Parts: sequence; C-alpha cells; structure tokens
Amino acid sequence: MFYREAGDFSTSYPEDSQTFPIKFDRYRYYLVLFTAIVIIPFFINDYWVNSLFLPFLIYAIAAIGLNILVGYCGQVSLGTGGFMAVGAYACYKLMTSFPDVSMVILVLLSGLITALVGVIFGLPSLRIKGFYLAVATLAAQFFLVWLFNRVPWFYNYSASGQISAPERTFFGIEISGPNTQAWATYLFCLMFVIASAYVARNLTRGSMGRKWMAIRDMDIAAEIIGVNPLRAKLTAFAVSSFFIGISGALFFAIYLGAVEVGEVFGIQKSFLVLFMIIIGGLGSIFGSFAGAAFLVLLPVALKIVGVDWLGWPTDIVAHLQLVIVGGLIIVFLIAEPHGLAQLWRVAKEKLRLWPFPH
Amino acid sequence: MNDLADGYVTADGRQIGPVVMEMKNITLRFGGVEAIKDISFDIRQGEIRAIIGPNGAGKSSMLNVISGFYVPQDGEVWYQGSRRAPMKPYEVAQQGIARTFQNIALFEGMSVLDNVMTGRLTNMKIGMFWQSIWKGKAEREETENREVAEKIIDFLEIQAIRKTPVSRLSYGLKKRVELARALAAEPSILLLDEPMAGMNVEEKEDMSRFILDVNDEFGTTIALIEHDMGVVMDLSDRVVVMDYGKKIGDGTPHEVRNNQDVIDAYLGVAHD
Repeated sequence: MFYREAGDFSTSYPEDSQTFPIKFDRYRYYLVLFTAIVIIPFFINDYWVNSLFLPFLIYAIAAIGLNILVGYCGQVSLGTGGFMAVGAYACYKLMTSFPDVSMVILVLLSGLITALVGVIFGLPSLRIKGFYLAVATLAAQFFLVWLFNRVPWFYNYSASGQISAPERTFFGIEISGPNTQAWATYLFCLMFVIASAYVARNLTRGSMGRKWMAIRDMDIAAEIIGVNPLRAKLTAFAVSSFFIGISGALFFAIYLGAVEVGEVFGIQKSFLVLFMIIIGGLGSIFGSFAGAAFLVLLPVALKIVGVDWLGWPTDIVAHLQLVIVGGLIIVFLIAEPHGLAQLWRVAKEKLRLWPFPH
Repeated sequence: MNDLADGYVTADGRQIGPVVMEMKNITLRFGGVEAIKDISFDIRQGEIRAIIGPNGAGKSSMLNVISGFYVPQDGEVWYQGSRRAPMKPYEVAQQGIARTFQNIALFEGMSVLDNVMTGRLTNMKIGMFWQSIWKGKAEREETENREVAEKIIDFLEIQAIRKTPVSRLSYGLKKRVELARALAAEPSILLLDEPMAGMNVEEKEDMSRFILDVNDEFGTTIALIEHDMGVVMDLSDRVVVMDYGKKIGDGTPHEVRNNQDVIDAYLGVAHD
C-alpha cells in the first residue's frame, strides 16, 4: 500500500538495471537529495555540522571505500586509519606546496596518492587470505602512523608535530581554517559524498563489481571464467584506498583542521569504520551510509538522553556507548550478517505486500 | 576414419570438424603419485567427447590440465593448431575455453543474472573511468552483453529465476545456472565435469537435452566427464577411457563398449 510497484514495467535492459528500478524508491531518493542539497544548508549551525553532519558525511565516504574492499571484494582490511592518514598528510603537503590549486583537485590528488599506497599494501593479498591478510594490513596501519610521526618532512618540521590546515577557499568561500561557515563545509563534503556514492555504485554494478564479487564468493571459479585475481584484488585496493584517502583528506582539512596522527588516525579509527560497514551491511552502498549514520548518531543520541535528560555522569555514558556498540556488533554478526541494509531490504519486501501478505 | 584431417560425417549424420585440441603424451605427477601417465588424445570441432573411467582414474585431473589449473610435468597441449605455453586459468578462459565444476562453483552472494553476466567478463573491456561514469560507453557495453546473457537464460529456461539469489536455488537449478554461466562466454570448447552428478532421471534427461541443444545450436565443442554410462553412450561421439591414469580405450561408444580392457576395468578381472 505504502510501497507501490504496480504499473512499473521495464522495457529496456538499462531501465531494468537502474539503481532504483521502482518509481517510489526513485522519488524518495530524489527527495533525500533535494533535502540534503537545498534544505539542510539553511538550517544547520556549527554544533550540528561538527557533531553530526561532517562526521557522518566523511565517515560515509570511508565506509564506502572499505565496503568495496571488504564487502565487495572480500579482502579484510584493518588499515583504514592508516590510509586515512595518508589522505590527510597528502592533502596537507599538497595544500602547503600548492596554495593556489583548487581544493577539489587537491582532495582528489590525495585520494590518488592513497590509492597508490593502498595498491602497495594490497600486494600481499595475492598470497594470503582472511585473518592473515587482516594482520598484514594491520602492519600497514602501524607503519603508516609511525612514518607520519617520525619523519618531520611530512608535518613540515612543525614544532608540535601536528599538521594544521591553512585557510583555503572554494569559489571565494572559506572552507578550511578557523573562519569557515557551517553550510560551506557541509556542502563541500556533501559534494564529495554524492560523487563517491555515484562512482561506487557504478563500479559495483558493472563488470568491475562482478569481478570483485566473483573473487569474494569463490576465487577459483572466478579465475576459471577469466578474472585475473591479481588485477581484481589490486583494483579493489586502489579504489577502496582512493575513497578512504578522500575521506582522510576531508577529515583533516575540513572537519578537524588540525591533526595529531596517532590520536586521530589510530587503530580505533580502523575498527570504527569496520564496525560501520558490519553494522550497516557488507556489500551494500546504502549499508555504508546506514552504518556511518548509526555510529555517528549513537554517541550524540546517548549524550542527549543520558547526560541531558537523565543527568548521568558523562564518563558512564561514554562507557555505555562502548558496551552498546560491542553488543550490537555481536548481535549483528549472529542475527543479521548483512546488517541494516538487509533489514531495510526485508522491510521493503514486507511493505510491498502490506497489508495483504497473501 | 579418425585420420581425416578436415573432419568426417558420422553414421547418424553429424558433421565432425578438424582437430581443435590435442593432448600429446601428457604426464602429471603429484609428488610420487602419477595421476596421468603419458596420455594422448584429441578433441575435434563440434563433437561431444566423453572422458570416462572408474573413480581416481585421473579424469578430473585431465580436465584441470586443459583448463590450466595443473601444469603437466611432461607433454604438450595443442590448441587451434599451435602449442599452448603453460598459462593461468584466466588466460585459458580468455582463449575461449569454459568449464563447469563437479561440485557447484557458483557465486552464492550474487543473483542468477549476475552469475550469468560474470560469464561475459572476458568480453567486457571498458575501462574503470567509463564504468564509474556509467552513462554512455559502460551502459552500452552492459546492454550488449546483457542481450547475450538473456539469450542463454532463455535457452536454458531459467528466465523465472533471473533475479533470485543463487543461494536459494535447488541443486538441479544451480547446475543449470552454472552451465548458463559457462555458455555465456560463448566458448569454443566447453568442459563439463560430471554435469549430471547427483541428479534424478528427469533432471538428467533435461540436462542431456540441453547439452545436445548447445552442441547443435551453437556448434560448441564439448568435452565431458560422466559416470552414467547410459548418458555417455547416448550423447557422445567419441569416448576416452582412463584407468589408473592410463588411457585404456579411445573410440566411438560402440568400439569402447566392446573393448576388452574397458570391460576389465569396469567389471574387474581375475588375476592369477
């Protein structure tokens, strides 16, 4: 009743394989896009942007990136924090070396540099699988953080060892530095999110995505139908790292402004993004958004409920958050390994028939 | 009769072409075990070639040699008139040799359509940049390949389950989808490893019909391993019989059936 697909007939293959084949879905998607681009910028302030929107958008890009590697290609990675750090430091070096180049280009370049680094650390995936690969990527995580801590060239020999984003503008509007406006940073990140989701969706639904999924589901059979496993895995590492690098660059330049690598891009970050895609749904672009939204919203919601309404001490609420996230991971792994995205899919299937399920 | 270079016509009127693949003195060892001992045989254009033999005879190893999983220690594989250098399985696939597996090897996380479309991967060459934009080149390529995939889906009568995840299908249907995936590549040689294992009579009849239709309609050369002698004798043009890694018979089903070595291998022989 809510969910009509009667009268929706695909008359061509492109129509049949579009992202939202059901009209209702398509309109809902346009509505969300419209709200995000046109309505939200008028209503947000610094608090909402910094506690909710920016982290959600930036983590969504990171989650899309990791989902391509883990969810689509089946290669477990614990190096997300390290790759985000590569994006951040690449962006910092580029921003300070080329002050006149547009930030869009610099962020994309940071992504490309991260993609290269990702390919190098993806090379072991040819020989090792599963847990062993996870450990190998863990090495990348620690090595990269160590590298950015110890080699002063990366932080331009600053005394504090931190990197901080210089002021940059985009079409004359400040988007980094201390004097930014909430809506400007929001829209700048939103632009990257929309582009990333579009590209990720197109790559995963076409021949590239089928190669990745074939490797994930059964690598021997994938090879027998003509998939070169080396190329498939390395492209997955490259594309994944590209998105993660972009998110790292935005995280540093737009969101935080100043970064101490061990604190911001430590192993916790790797786990956080991994939890996002596990809770959101492995192998689903929508799941990346759902997981990012969930894990960004949860602390804010808990703080509002626990501290503001119930008057509990802040540290208890913070610990409660850890407990809840840990519990949820276990619940999802056992009950619904495909995460929120699968719950959403089931709900849609139910809604198609509601209220007459027979 | 097999010496005719350009092929021949069988007694029941089937046109058999020249030799497309020739195995010359193949020997394959795993450590001290000789899985295949000095075997030679050929596969002709357009024929259905069966490889039979008791368990452990080396039939699947032979198929794995053809499809590039195993590299034989000795011997040569000749394909389309030239000697094939040792190559990886995906390179073999790109040369137009497709296969199915004894145990179903489908991509369980994908729909039937996506599984069949993976068979088209060797034909999809648009670069990553165009794919990420989708509109234009990538979409056109996808549509062209979808048309071929749909033709195969029609042919094997699996239209109704097109969008179903493979993990929900029954065993018989999975076998059929796997055949569809192999056919989607439009192979010149199709290798079938026990396509009818674990099927009931009805499913076997269906599968036999599909194999004959594929051979007939697309002119695909087929090499198959099968244990059901009735099926083998009915379907195949020529049969290779293996036992303990050696070739003990080669010829038409009729010749093989009357070969004393083959009868001994299958029924046992009194040793004194």
